[in-house]
Amino acid sequence: MSDLRDLYQEVILDHNKRPRNFRILPQPTHHADGVNPLCGDRISVYLDIEDGVIKDIAFQGAGCAISSASASLMTEALKGKPVNEIEHLFEAFHNVVTTDCECPKGLGKLSVLAGVRDYPSRVKCATLAWHAVRAALEERKQTVATE
Amino acid sequence: MNDMSTLHHVSPLTHSLSTLGGELGRGGLDLARIRADFPILRQRVHDKPLIYLDNAASVQKPKAVIDAISDCYSHYYANIHRGVHLLSERSTAAYEGAREKVRAFLNAASVQEIIFTRSTTESINLVASSFGGSTVKAGDEIVITGMEHHSNIVPWQLLCERTGATLKVIPFTDAGELILEEYERLLDSGRVKLVALVHLSNALGTINPAKWMIDLAHARGIPVLVDGAQSVPHLAVDVRELDCEFYAFSGHKLYGPSGVGVLYGKQALLEAMPPYQGGGDMIRLVTFEKTEYADLPNKFEAGTPNIAGVIGLGAALDWLNAIGLDAVAAYEHELLDYATAQLQEIPGLAIMGTARDKAALAAFTIQGIHPHDIGTILDREGVAIRAGHHCAQPVMQRYGVPATARASFAVYNTRDEVDALIKALWKVKELFE
Repeated sequence: MSDLRDLYQEVILDHNKRPRNFRILPQPTHHADGVNPLCGDRISVYLDIEDGVIKDIAFQGAGCAISSASASLMTEALKGKPVNEIEHLFEAFHNVVTTDCECPKGLGKLSVLAGVRDYPSRVKCATLAWHAVRAALEERKQTVATE
Repeated sequence: MNDMSTLHHVSPLTHSLSTLGGELGRGGLDLARIRADFPILRQRVHDKPLIYLDNAASVQKPKAVIDAISDCYSHYYANIHRGVHLLSERSTAAYEGAREKVRAFLNAASVQEIIFTRSTTESINLVASSFGGSTVKAGDEIVITGMEHHSNIVPWQLLCERTGATLKVIPFTDAGELILEEYERLLDSGRVKLVALVHLSNALGTINPAKWMIDLAHARGIPVLVDGAQSVPHLAVDVRELDCEFYAFSGHKLYGPSGVGVLYGKQALLEAMPPYQGGGDMIRLVTFEKTEYADLPNKFEAGTPNIAGVIGLGAALDWLNAIGLDAVAAYEHELLDYATAQLQEIPGLAIMGTARDKAALAAFTIQGIHPHDIGTILDREGVAIRAGHHCAQPVMQRYGVPATARASFAVYNTRDEVDALIKALWKVKELFE
Protein backbone atom coordinates (compact mmCIF):
# COMPACT_ATOMS: atom_id res chain seq x y z
CA MET A 1 0.00 0.00 0.00
CA SER A 2 2.84 2.42 0.88
CA ASP A 3 4.35 2.35 -2.61
CA LEU A 4 0.91 2.84 -4.11
CA ARG A 5 0.65 6.01 -2.03
CA ASP A 6 3.76 7.24 -3.85
CA LEU A 7 1.78 7.06 -7.05
CA TYR A 8 -1.64 8.00 -5.76
CA GLN A 9 -0.64 10.94 -3.59
CA GLU A 10 -3.30 13.01 -1.88
CA VAL A 11 -2.79 15.88 -4.33
CA ILE A 12 -3.38 13.52 -7.25
CA LEU A 13 -6.49 11.98 -5.70
CA ASP A 14 -7.77 15.47 -4.95
CA HIS A 15 -7.21 16.74 -8.50
CA ASN A 16 -8.83 13.58 -9.84
CA LYS A 17 -11.91 14.11 -7.73
CA ARG A 18 -12.07 17.87 -8.23
CA PRO A 19 -10.21 18.67 -11.43
CA ARG A 20 -9.31 22.38 -11.79
CA ASN A 21 -10.12 24.28 -14.98
CA PHE A 22 -12.39 21.42 -16.04
CA ARG A 23 -14.51 23.26 -18.56
CA ILE A 24 -14.71 24.32 -22.19
CA LEU A 25 -13.38 27.72 -23.28
CA PRO A 26 -16.09 29.15 -25.56
CA GLN A 27 -13.70 30.82 -27.97
CA PRO A 28 -10.21 29.39 -27.52
CA THR A 29 -7.39 30.57 -29.73
CA HIS A 30 -6.04 27.02 -29.68
CA HIS A 31 -7.65 23.66 -29.16
CA ALA A 32 -6.70 20.02 -29.60
CA ASP A 33 -7.90 16.57 -28.65
CA GLY A 34 -5.65 13.91 -27.22
CA VAL A 35 -6.41 10.21 -27.23
CA ASN A 36 -4.60 7.22 -25.85
CA PRO A 37 -5.81 4.71 -28.43
CA LEU A 38 -4.68 1.72 -26.41
CA CYS A 39 -6.60 2.60 -23.27
CA GLY A 40 -9.33 4.89 -24.59
CA ASP A 41 -8.48 7.96 -22.48
CA ARG A 42 -9.70 11.12 -24.16
CA ILE A 43 -8.92 14.72 -23.41
CA SER A 44 -9.66 18.07 -25.04
CA VAL A 45 -7.54 21.10 -24.14
CA TYR A 46 -8.46 24.70 -24.80
CA LEU A 47 -6.04 27.62 -24.69
CA ASP A 48 -6.56 31.34 -24.83
CA ILE A 49 -3.26 32.90 -25.85
CA GLU A 50 -2.72 36.63 -26.00
CA ASP A 51 0.60 38.33 -26.77
CA GLY A 52 2.47 35.06 -26.36
CA VAL A 53 1.03 34.42 -22.89
CA ILE A 54 -1.46 31.75 -21.82
CA LYS A 55 -4.27 33.90 -20.46
CA ASP A 56 -6.59 30.97 -19.87
CA ILE A 57 -6.42 27.21 -20.22
CA ALA A 58 -9.02 24.51 -19.60
CA PHE A 59 -9.65 20.86 -20.34
CA GLN A 60 -12.35 18.24 -20.51
CA GLY A 61 -12.29 14.52 -20.97
CA ALA A 62 -12.50 11.10 -19.42
CA GLY A 63 -9.49 9.23 -18.19
CA CYS A 64 -7.83 7.58 -15.26
CA ALA A 65 -6.82 9.37 -12.06
CA ILE A 66 -3.30 9.91 -13.34
CA SER A 67 -4.33 11.47 -16.66
CA SER A 68 -7.08 13.60 -15.09
CA ALA A 69 -4.90 14.84 -12.23
CA SER A 70 -1.99 15.49 -14.59
CA ALA A 71 -4.21 17.54 -16.91
CA SER A 72 -5.62 19.48 -13.97
CA LEU A 73 -2.19 20.20 -12.51
CA MET A 74 -0.90 21.14 -15.94
CA THR A 75 -3.60 23.77 -16.43
CA GLU A 76 -2.69 25.30 -13.07
CA ALA A 77 0.99 25.27 -13.95
CA LEU A 78 0.56 26.79 -17.41
CA LYS A 79 -1.93 29.54 -16.71
CA GLY A 80 -0.15 32.89 -17.02
CA LYS A 81 3.01 31.37 -18.48
CA PRO A 82 4.61 32.59 -21.71
CA VAL A 83 4.03 30.13 -24.54
CA ASN A 84 7.75 29.80 -25.18
CA GLU A 85 8.25 28.25 -21.76
CA ILE A 86 5.85 25.35 -22.35
CA GLU A 87 8.28 23.18 -24.26
CA HIS A 88 10.94 23.56 -21.58
CA LEU A 89 8.44 22.75 -18.83
CA PHE A 90 7.13 19.69 -20.68
CA GLU A 91 10.68 18.45 -21.12
CA ALA A 92 11.39 18.85 -17.42
CA PHE A 93 8.10 17.17 -16.52
CA HIS A 94 8.76 14.32 -18.95
CA ASN A 95 12.15 13.76 -17.34
CA VAL A 96 10.56 13.62 -13.91
CA VAL A 97 7.99 10.97 -14.87
CA THR A 98 10.39 8.82 -16.88
CA THR A 99 13.79 9.03 -15.18
CA ASP A 100 15.28 9.01 -11.69
CA CYS A 101 16.30 12.66 -11.94
CA GLU A 102 15.96 15.12 -9.09
CA CYS A 103 12.78 17.17 -9.45
CA PRO A 104 13.69 20.67 -10.62
CA LYS A 105 12.25 23.39 -8.34
CA GLY A 106 10.48 25.16 -11.18
CA LEU A 107 8.04 22.26 -11.57
CA GLY A 108 6.19 23.09 -8.36
CA LYS A 109 3.16 20.87 -7.73
CA LEU A 110 3.74 18.92 -10.96
CA SER A 111 6.42 17.00 -9.11
CA VAL A 112 3.77 15.00 -7.22
CA LEU A 113 3.53 12.94 -10.42
CA ALA A 114 7.12 11.74 -10.01
CA GLY A 115 5.77 8.42 -8.67
CA VAL A 116 4.70 7.56 -12.23
CA ARG A 117 8.34 6.74 -13.05
CA ASP A 118 7.92 3.42 -11.24
CA TYR A 119 4.91 2.55 -13.42
CA PRO A 120 6.14 2.62 -17.02
CA SER A 121 2.75 1.65 -18.43
CA ARG A 122 1.24 4.79 -16.87
CA VAL A 123 3.67 7.36 -18.33
CA LYS A 124 1.37 7.85 -21.29
CA CYS A 125 -1.46 8.72 -18.91
CA ALA A 126 0.63 11.43 -17.21
CA THR A 127 1.77 12.97 -20.47
CA LEU A 128 -1.47 12.84 -22.50
CA ALA A 129 -2.59 16.39 -21.62
CA TRP A 130 0.84 17.77 -22.44
CA HIS A 131 0.86 16.11 -25.83
CA ALA A 132 -2.56 17.63 -26.47
CA VAL A 133 -1.25 21.11 -25.61
CA ARG A 134 1.67 20.59 -27.93
CA ALA A 135 -0.69 19.53 -30.71
CA ALA A 136 -2.84 22.61 -30.10
CA LEU A 137 0.20 24.86 -30.47
CA GLU A 138 1.46 23.05 -33.56
CA GLU A 139 -1.88 23.63 -35.18
CA ARG A 140 -1.23 27.34 -34.77
CA LYS A 141 2.19 26.96 -36.33
CA GLN A 142 0.67 25.16 -39.31
CA THR A 143 -1.90 27.89 -39.76
CA VAL A 144 0.83 30.49 -39.64
CA ALA A 145 2.85 28.55 -42.19
CA THR A 146 0.02 28.34 -44.70
CA GLU A 147 -0.90 32.02 -44.53
CA MET B 1 7.69 -36.72 -27.21
CA ASN B 2 5.34 -35.79 -24.39
CA ASP B 3 5.37 -37.70 -21.19
CA MET B 4 1.72 -38.64 -21.06
CA SER B 5 2.23 -40.36 -17.74
CA THR B 6 2.32 -36.93 -16.07
CA LEU B 7 -1.15 -36.09 -17.26
CA HIS B 8 -3.24 -37.52 -14.45
CA HIS B 9 -5.27 -34.55 -13.35
CA VAL B 10 -8.54 -36.11 -12.46
CA SER B 11 -8.70 -37.45 -8.96
CA PRO B 12 -11.54 -38.84 -6.88
CA LEU B 13 -13.78 -36.31 -5.14
CA THR B 14 -12.82 -37.71 -1.79
CA HIS B 15 -9.23 -36.59 -2.21
CA SER B 16 -8.42 -33.55 -0.10
CA LEU B 17 -5.80 -30.90 -0.61
CA SER B 18 -4.40 -29.16 2.39
CA THR B 19 -2.07 -26.95 0.35
CA LEU B 20 -4.94 -25.29 -1.45
CA GLY B 21 -7.31 -25.13 1.46
CA GLY B 22 -9.04 -28.31 0.42
CA GLU B 23 -9.74 -26.91 -3.01
CA LEU B 24 -11.16 -29.49 -5.28
CA GLY B 25 -13.43 -28.37 -8.05
CA ARG B 26 -16.87 -29.92 -8.23
CA GLY B 27 -15.76 -31.64 -11.40
CA GLY B 28 -13.16 -33.47 -9.33
CA LEU B 29 -10.21 -31.51 -10.71
CA ASP B 30 -6.96 -31.89 -8.85
CA LEU B 31 -6.06 -28.20 -8.74
CA ALA B 32 -2.72 -28.66 -7.01
CA ARG B 33 -1.73 -31.05 -9.76
CA ILE B 34 -2.97 -28.73 -12.50
CA ARG B 35 -1.21 -25.72 -11.00
CA ALA B 36 2.02 -27.68 -10.66
CA ASP B 37 2.00 -28.00 -14.46
CA PHE B 38 2.49 -24.22 -14.83
CA PRO B 39 6.03 -23.11 -13.94
CA ILE B 40 5.14 -19.43 -14.41
CA LEU B 41 2.54 -19.51 -11.65
CA ARG B 42 5.21 -20.28 -9.04
CA GLN B 43 6.43 -16.74 -8.73
CA ARG B 44 5.89 -13.58 -6.77
CA VAL B 45 5.26 -10.18 -8.33
CA HIS B 46 5.75 -7.00 -6.29
CA ASP B 47 6.55 -9.38 -3.44
CA LYS B 48 3.08 -11.00 -3.58
CA PRO B 49 2.12 -14.40 -5.02
CA LEU B 50 1.20 -14.01 -8.69
CA ILE B 51 -2.53 -14.26 -9.28
CA TYR B 52 -3.03 -14.37 -13.00
CA LEU B 53 -6.56 -13.36 -14.00
CA ASP B 54 -5.85 -12.07 -17.51
CA ASN B 55 -6.56 -15.37 -19.21
CA ALA B 56 -8.95 -13.99 -21.81
CA ALA B 57 -6.03 -11.96 -23.19
CA SER B 58 -3.68 -14.93 -23.18
CA VAL B 59 -3.45 -18.00 -21.04
CA GLN B 60 -0.28 -19.42 -19.43
CA LYS B 61 1.37 -22.56 -20.76
CA PRO B 62 1.69 -25.96 -19.07
CA LYS B 63 5.08 -27.62 -18.93
CA ALA B 64 3.92 -30.24 -21.45
CA VAL B 65 3.63 -27.47 -24.07
CA ILE B 66 6.93 -25.82 -23.16
CA ASP B 67 8.62 -29.24 -23.27
CA ALA B 68 7.07 -30.18 -26.61
CA ILE B 69 8.41 -27.01 -28.21
CA SER B 70 11.79 -27.44 -26.57
CA ASP B 71 11.86 -31.12 -27.58
CA CYS B 72 11.19 -30.20 -31.21
CA TYR B 73 14.01 -27.65 -31.34
CA SER B 74 16.35 -29.83 -29.29
CA HIS B 75 15.90 -33.12 -31.12
CA TYR B 76 14.12 -33.20 -34.46
CA TYR B 77 13.50 -29.72 -35.88
CA ALA B 78 13.75 -29.28 -39.65
CA ASN B 79 11.57 -27.79 -42.35
CA ILE B 80 8.51 -29.84 -43.20
CA HIS B 81 6.99 -31.39 -46.34
CA ARG B 82 10.17 -31.27 -48.38
CA GLY B 83 13.19 -32.94 -46.83
CA VAL B 84 14.18 -36.48 -47.66
CA HIS B 85 16.15 -36.65 -44.45
CA LEU B 86 15.14 -38.09 -41.11
CA LEU B 87 14.64 -34.84 -39.19
CA SER B 88 12.34 -33.42 -41.85
CA GLU B 89 10.32 -36.62 -41.82
CA ARG B 90 10.02 -36.47 -38.05
CA SER B 91 9.07 -32.77 -38.05
CA THR B 92 6.51 -33.37 -40.77
CA ALA B 93 5.01 -36.28 -38.85
CA ALA B 94 4.77 -34.20 -35.66
CA TYR B 95 3.31 -31.20 -37.51
CA GLU B 96 0.72 -33.29 -39.33
CA GLY B 97 0.08 -35.21 -36.11
CA ALA B 98 -0.92 -31.93 -34.50
CA ARG B 99 -3.32 -31.29 -37.36
CA GLU B 100 -5.01 -34.60 -36.62
CA LYS B 101 -5.25 -33.59 -32.94
CA VAL B 102 -6.98 -30.35 -33.93
CA ARG B 103 -9.33 -32.27 -36.23
CA ALA B 104 -10.28 -34.59 -33.39
CA PHE B 105 -10.61 -31.66 -30.96
CA LEU B 106 -13.17 -29.99 -33.25
CA ASN B 107 -14.63 -33.28 -34.51
CA ALA B 108 -14.04 -32.12 -38.07
CA ALA B 109 -14.59 -34.69 -40.83
CA SER B 110 -11.10 -34.46 -42.32
CA VAL B 111 -7.63 -33.05 -41.66
CA GLN B 112 -7.99 -31.31 -45.01
CA GLU B 113 -10.44 -28.97 -43.29
CA ILE B 114 -7.85 -27.80 -40.74
CA ILE B 115 -5.73 -24.83 -41.87
CA PHE B 116 -2.93 -23.53 -39.66
CA THR B 117 -2.60 -19.75 -39.56
CA ARG B 118 -0.89 -17.20 -37.31
CA SER B 119 -3.93 -16.34 -35.21
CA THR B 120 -7.70 -16.10 -35.05
CA THR B 121 -7.26 -12.72 -36.72
CA GLU B 122 -5.44 -14.23 -39.67
CA SER B 123 -8.02 -17.02 -39.93
CA ILE B 124 -10.81 -14.45 -40.22
CA ASN B 125 -8.81 -12.34 -42.66
CA LEU B 126 -8.25 -15.45 -44.78
CA VAL B 127 -12.01 -16.01 -45.06
CA ALA B 128 -12.75 -12.31 -45.62
CA SER B 129 -10.13 -12.09 -48.33
CA SER B 130 -10.55 -15.44 -50.10
CA PHE B 131 -14.19 -16.41 -49.56
CA GLY B 132 -15.43 -12.83 -49.19
CA GLY B 133 -13.33 -11.50 -52.03
CA SER B 134 -14.64 -14.13 -54.44
CA THR B 135 -18.33 -14.14 -53.45
CA VAL B 136 -19.29 -10.74 -52.02
CA LYS B 137 -20.42 -8.04 -54.41
CA ALA B 138 -21.70 -4.46 -54.21
CA GLY B 139 -25.09 -4.34 -52.49
CA ASP B 140 -24.49 -7.54 -50.52
CA GLU B 141 -24.54 -7.58 -46.73
CA ILE B 142 -22.35 -9.14 -44.04
CA VAL B 143 -24.00 -9.65 -40.64
CA ILE B 144 -21.95 -9.52 -37.43
CA THR B 145 -22.93 -9.11 -33.78
CA GLY B 146 -22.58 -5.94 -31.73
CA MET B 147 -20.20 -7.70 -29.35
CA GLU B 148 -17.43 -8.63 -31.77
CA HIS B 149 -13.73 -8.26 -31.08
CA HIS B 150 -12.11 -5.82 -33.53
CA SER B 151 -10.67 -8.85 -35.34
CA ASN B 152 -14.18 -9.87 -36.41
CA ILE B 153 -15.18 -6.33 -37.40
CA VAL B 154 -12.30 -4.75 -39.29
CA PRO B 155 -11.67 -7.56 -41.86
CA TRP B 156 -15.34 -7.28 -42.87
CA GLN B 157 -15.18 -3.49 -43.02
CA LEU B 158 -12.18 -3.78 -45.32
CA LEU B 159 -14.10 -6.27 -47.46
CA CYS B 160 -17.09 -3.91 -47.57
CA GLU B 161 -14.84 -1.03 -48.63
CA ARG B 162 -13.35 -3.13 -51.41
CA THR B 163 -16.62 -4.51 -52.71
CA GLY B 164 -19.31 -1.95 -51.88
CA ALA B 165 -21.07 -4.38 -49.53
CA THR B 166 -22.61 -3.25 -46.23
CA LEU B 167 -21.94 -4.37 -42.67
CA LYS B 168 -25.04 -5.07 -40.54
CA VAL B 169 -24.86 -5.42 -36.79
CA ILE B 170 -27.08 -7.51 -34.48
CA PRO B 171 -27.79 -5.40 -31.37
CA PHE B 172 -27.76 -6.78 -27.84
CA THR B 173 -29.57 -6.10 -24.58
CA ASP B 174 -28.20 -4.44 -21.43
CA ALA B 175 -27.56 -7.92 -20.05
CA GLY B 176 -25.34 -8.65 -23.05
CA GLU B 177 -27.66 -11.01 -24.93
CA LEU B 178 -28.19 -10.73 -28.66
CA ILE B 179 -31.64 -9.57 -29.75
CA LEU B 180 -32.48 -12.55 -31.90
CA GLU B 181 -35.62 -11.05 -33.46
CA GLU B 182 -33.33 -8.37 -34.89
CA TYR B 183 -31.00 -11.09 -36.17
CA GLU B 184 -33.84 -12.76 -38.05
CA ARG B 185 -34.96 -9.42 -39.42
CA LEU B 186 -31.43 -8.77 -40.75
CA LEU B 187 -31.25 -12.25 -42.29
CA ASP B 188 -34.52 -11.64 -44.13
CA SER B 189 -33.13 -8.80 -46.26
CA GLY B 190 -32.26 -11.33 -48.97
CA ARG B 191 -28.87 -9.70 -49.43
CA VAL B 192 -26.84 -11.36 -46.67
CA LYS B 193 -23.82 -13.27 -48.00
CA LEU B 194 -22.23 -14.26 -44.69
CA VAL B 195 -22.84 -14.20 -40.95
CA ALA B 196 -19.74 -13.78 -38.75
CA LEU B 197 -20.44 -14.19 -35.06
CA VAL B 198 -18.46 -14.46 -31.88
CA HIS B 199 -19.11 -17.66 -29.92
CA LEU B 200 -18.03 -16.30 -26.52
CA SER B 201 -17.65 -12.54 -26.05
CA ASN B 202 -14.27 -11.47 -24.66
CA ALA B 203 -15.75 -8.23 -23.32
CA LEU B 204 -18.93 -9.61 -21.73
CA GLY B 205 -18.52 -13.35 -21.28
CA THR B 206 -21.75 -14.00 -23.17
CA ILE B 207 -22.01 -17.40 -24.84
CA ASN B 208 -24.07 -16.84 -27.96
CA PRO B 209 -26.55 -19.50 -29.15
CA ALA B 210 -24.33 -20.38 -32.10
CA LYS B 211 -26.10 -23.57 -33.15
CA TRP B 212 -29.47 -21.88 -33.23
CA MET B 213 -28.11 -18.86 -35.10
CA ILE B 214 -26.33 -21.07 -37.65
CA ASP B 215 -29.57 -23.00 -38.28
CA LEU B 216 -31.45 -19.74 -38.89
CA ALA B 217 -28.81 -18.60 -41.39
CA HIS B 218 -28.76 -21.97 -43.13
CA ALA B 219 -32.53 -21.91 -43.50
CA ARG B 220 -31.88 -18.95 -45.82
CA GLY B 221 -28.82 -20.50 -47.48
CA ILE B 222 -26.36 -18.16 -45.71
CA PRO B 223 -22.94 -19.48 -44.59
CA VAL B 224 -21.63 -18.73 -41.09
CA LEU B 225 -18.18 -18.05 -39.65
CA VAL B 226 -17.77 -18.48 -35.89
CA ASP B 227 -15.02 -16.63 -34.01
CA GLY B 228 -14.07 -19.20 -31.40
CA ALA B 229 -11.01 -17.47 -29.92
CA GLN B 230 -12.57 -17.28 -26.46
CA SER B 231 -14.82 -20.33 -26.61
CA VAL B 232 -12.41 -23.19 -27.33
CA PRO B 233 -10.67 -23.11 -23.92
CA HIS B 234 -13.99 -23.03 -22.05
CA LEU B 235 -16.54 -25.20 -23.83
CA ALA B 236 -16.44 -28.29 -26.00
CA VAL B 237 -16.87 -27.44 -29.69
CA ASP B 238 -18.11 -29.87 -32.33
CA VAL B 239 -18.03 -28.24 -35.75
CA ARG B 240 -20.13 -30.98 -37.33
CA GLU B 241 -22.84 -30.55 -34.73
CA LEU B 242 -22.68 -26.75 -35.08
CA ASP B 243 -22.59 -27.21 -38.87
CA CYS B 244 -20.83 -23.83 -39.29
CA GLU B 245 -18.95 -23.20 -42.53
CA PHE B 246 -15.90 -21.72 -40.77
CA TYR B 247 -14.59 -21.82 -37.21
CA ALA B 248 -11.55 -19.71 -36.21
CA PHE B 249 -9.43 -19.81 -33.07
CA SER B 250 -5.94 -19.22 -31.67
CA GLY B 251 -3.46 -21.47 -29.90
CA HIS B 252 -2.42 -18.98 -27.24
CA LYS B 253 -5.79 -18.83 -25.50
CA LEU B 254 -5.92 -22.62 -25.52
CA TYR B 255 -2.81 -23.27 -23.39
CA GLY B 256 -0.72 -23.41 -26.57
CA PRO B 257 1.86 -20.97 -27.91
CA SER B 258 1.14 -17.62 -29.54
CA GLY B 259 1.72 -17.29 -33.26
CA VAL B 260 -0.48 -20.26 -34.14
CA GLY B 261 -4.08 -20.05 -35.23
CA VAL B 262 -6.55 -22.46 -36.78
CA LEU B 263 -9.17 -22.09 -39.44
CA TYR B 264 -11.67 -24.90 -39.81
CA GLY B 265 -13.59 -24.74 -43.07
CA LYS B 266 -15.96 -27.12 -44.81
CA GLN B 267 -13.98 -28.94 -47.44
CA ALA B 268 -16.16 -28.10 -50.45
CA LEU B 269 -15.96 -24.39 -49.62
CA LEU B 270 -12.21 -24.42 -49.03
CA GLU B 271 -11.71 -26.24 -52.32
CA ALA B 272 -13.73 -23.65 -54.20
CA MET B 273 -11.93 -20.70 -52.59
CA PRO B 274 -8.90 -19.06 -54.21
CA PRO B 275 -5.58 -19.08 -52.26
CA TYR B 276 -5.10 -16.39 -49.64
CA GLN B 277 -1.34 -15.97 -49.96
CA GLY B 278 1.05 -17.23 -52.59
CA GLY B 279 4.39 -18.82 -51.92
CA GLY B 280 6.14 -22.03 -51.13
CA ASP B 281 4.29 -25.14 -49.94
CA MET B 282 0.95 -24.03 -51.43
CA ILE B 283 1.75 -25.01 -55.01
CA ARG B 284 1.85 -28.16 -57.07
CA LEU B 285 3.63 -26.80 -60.11
CA VAL B 286 5.03 -23.37 -60.88
CA THR B 287 6.04 -22.05 -64.25
CA PHE B 288 6.19 -18.39 -65.22
CA GLU B 289 3.08 -18.90 -67.29
CA LYS B 290 0.87 -20.67 -64.78
CA THR B 291 0.81 -22.11 -61.28
CA GLU B 292 -1.17 -25.09 -60.09
CA TYR B 293 -2.11 -24.94 -56.45
CA ALA B 294 -1.60 -27.66 -53.91
CA ASP B 295 -4.51 -29.62 -52.46
CA LEU B 296 -6.03 -28.80 -49.08
CA PRO B 297 -4.86 -27.93 -46.55
CA ASN B 298 -1.53 -26.83 -48.06
CA LYS B 299 -3.23 -24.50 -50.53
CA PHE B 300 -3.82 -22.12 -47.62
CA GLU B 301 -0.47 -22.58 -45.88
CA ALA B 302 2.01 -20.60 -47.95
CA GLY B 303 5.53 -20.36 -46.60
CA THR B 304 7.24 -22.15 -43.75
CA PRO B 305 4.72 -22.28 -40.92
CA ASN B 306 5.24 -22.02 -37.16
CA ILE B 307 6.32 -25.67 -36.99
CA ALA B 308 7.24 -25.90 -33.30
CA GLY B 309 4.25 -23.72 -32.42
CA VAL B 310 1.84 -26.08 -34.15
CA ILE B 311 3.46 -29.02 -32.38
CA GLY B 312 3.09 -27.07 -29.10
CA LEU B 313 -0.59 -26.57 -29.83
CA GLY B 314 -0.94 -30.32 -30.31
CA ALA B 315 0.63 -30.84 -26.87
CA ALA B 316 -1.77 -28.29 -25.39
CA LEU B 317 -4.72 -30.26 -26.76
CA ASP B 318 -3.35 -33.47 -25.24
CA TRP B 319 -2.99 -31.68 -21.92
CA LEU B 320 -6.49 -30.22 -22.05
CA ASN B 321 -8.07 -33.49 -23.20
CA ALA B 322 -6.52 -35.29 -20.23
CA ILE B 323 -8.53 -32.98 -17.95
CA GLY B 324 -11.58 -32.87 -20.17
CA LEU B 325 -13.33 -29.72 -21.33
CA ASP B 326 -16.57 -30.63 -19.61
CA ALA B 327 -14.78 -30.78 -16.26
CA VAL B 328 -13.02 -27.50 -17.08
CA ALA B 329 -16.30 -25.81 -17.97
CA ALA B 330 -18.03 -27.05 -14.82
CA TYR B 331 -15.19 -25.92 -12.59
CA GLU B 332 -14.81 -22.49 -14.22
CA HIS B 333 -18.55 -21.95 -14.00
CA GLU B 334 -18.41 -22.60 -10.30
CA LEU B 335 -15.48 -20.18 -9.97
CA LEU B 336 -17.34 -17.48 -11.90
CA ASP B 337 -20.41 -17.82 -9.69
CA TYR B 338 -18.19 -17.59 -6.63
CA ALA B 339 -16.48 -14.44 -7.97
CA THR B 340 -19.70 -12.81 -9.18
CA ALA B 341 -21.39 -13.15 -5.79
CA GLN B 342 -18.49 -11.42 -4.05
CA LEU B 343 -18.02 -8.73 -6.69
CA GLN B 344 -21.66 -7.74 -6.31
CA GLU B 345 -21.06 -6.95 -2.64
CA ILE B 346 -18.59 -4.16 -3.46
CA PRO B 347 -20.44 -0.81 -3.40
CA GLY B 348 -20.38 1.05 -6.71
CA LEU B 349 -19.19 -2.00 -8.65
CA ALA B 350 -21.22 -2.82 -11.74
CA ILE B 351 -20.72 -6.01 -13.74
CA MET B 352 -20.97 -5.54 -17.49
CA GLY B 353 -22.38 -8.64 -19.13
CA THR B 354 -24.91 -10.61 -17.15
CA ALA B 355 -26.15 -12.99 -19.81
CA ARG B 356 -27.87 -16.17 -18.64
CA ASP B 357 -25.38 -18.21 -20.63
CA LYS B 358 -22.02 -16.80 -19.61
CA ALA B 359 -18.50 -18.11 -19.07
CA ALA B 360 -15.15 -17.53 -17.54
CA LEU B 361 -14.90 -13.78 -17.06
CA ALA B 362 -16.24 -10.82 -15.13
CA ALA B 363 -15.96 -7.35 -16.67
CA PHE B 364 -16.78 -4.51 -14.33
CA THR B 365 -16.53 -0.84 -13.49
CA ILE B 366 -16.36 0.83 -10.08
CA GLN B 367 -18.07 4.20 -9.78
CA GLY B 368 -15.57 7.06 -9.61
CA ILE B 369 -12.51 4.88 -10.19
CA HIS B 370 -11.05 4.40 -13.64
CA PRO B 371 -10.30 0.80 -14.69
CA HIS B 372 -6.62 1.65 -15.29
CA ASP B 373 -6.24 2.77 -11.72
CA ILE B 374 -7.94 -0.44 -10.60
CA GLY B 375 -5.53 -2.42 -12.78
CA THR B 376 -2.44 -0.67 -11.44
CA ILE B 377 -3.45 -1.07 -7.80
CA LEU B 378 -4.38 -4.74 -8.29
CA ASP B 379 -1.05 -5.37 -9.99
CA ARG B 380 0.77 -4.13 -6.87
CA GLU B 381 -1.25 -6.70 -4.93
CA GLY B 382 -0.01 -9.40 -7.29
CA VAL B 383 -3.31 -9.64 -9.18
CA ALA B 384 -3.02 -9.38 -12.98
CA ILE B 385 -6.21 -8.27 -14.72
CA ARG B 386 -6.95 -6.43 -17.94
CA ALA B 387 -8.10 -2.82 -17.97
CA GLY B 388 -9.15 -1.17 -21.17
CA HIS B 389 -11.54 -1.59 -24.06
CA HIS B 390 -10.55 -5.23 -24.70
CA CYS B 391 -10.35 -4.61 -28.45
CA ALA B 392 -14.13 -4.28 -28.40
CA GLN B 393 -14.68 -0.52 -28.53
CA PRO B 394 -18.24 -0.79 -29.89
CA VAL B 395 -19.15 -2.75 -26.74
CA MET B 396 -17.75 0.06 -24.57
CA GLN B 397 -19.72 2.57 -26.66
CA ARG B 398 -22.86 0.48 -26.19
CA TYR B 399 -22.58 0.88 -22.40
CA GLY B 400 -21.20 4.41 -22.55
CA VAL B 401 -17.99 3.61 -20.69
CA PRO B 402 -14.42 4.29 -21.90
CA ALA B 403 -13.09 1.05 -20.48
CA THR B 404 -13.73 -1.77 -18.04
CA ALA B 405 -11.68 -3.89 -15.68
CA ARG B 406 -11.83 -7.60 -16.51
CA ALA B 407 -10.92 -10.62 -14.44
CA SER B 408 -10.88 -13.73 -16.59
CA PHE B 409 -10.40 -17.26 -15.38
CA ALA B 410 -8.59 -20.39 -16.50
CA VAL B 411 -8.72 -23.92 -15.16
CA TYR B 412 -5.73 -23.27 -12.87
CA ASN B 413 -7.38 -20.43 -10.94
CA THR B 414 -8.65 -21.07 -7.43
CA ARG B 415 -11.19 -19.74 -4.98
CA ASP B 416 -8.31 -18.42 -2.89
CA GLU B 417 -7.27 -16.33 -5.87
CA VAL B 418 -10.79 -14.98 -6.24
CA ASP B 419 -10.66 -14.04 -2.55
CA ALA B 420 -7.36 -12.22 -3.16
CA LEU B 421 -8.93 -10.34 -6.08
CA ILE B 422 -11.84 -9.23 -3.91
CA LYS B 423 -9.54 -8.21 -1.08
CA ALA B 424 -7.43 -6.16 -3.50
CA LEU B 425 -10.56 -4.48 -4.87
CA TRP B 426 -11.50 -3.39 -1.34
CA LYS B 427 -8.02 -1.85 -1.14
CA VAL B 428 -8.75 0.08 -4.33
CA LYS B 429 -11.90 1.44 -2.71
CA GLU B 430 -9.99 2.33 0.44
CA LEU B 431 -7.26 4.19 -1.47
CA PHE B 432 -9.73 6.24 -3.49
CA GLU B 433 -12.05 7.12 -0.63
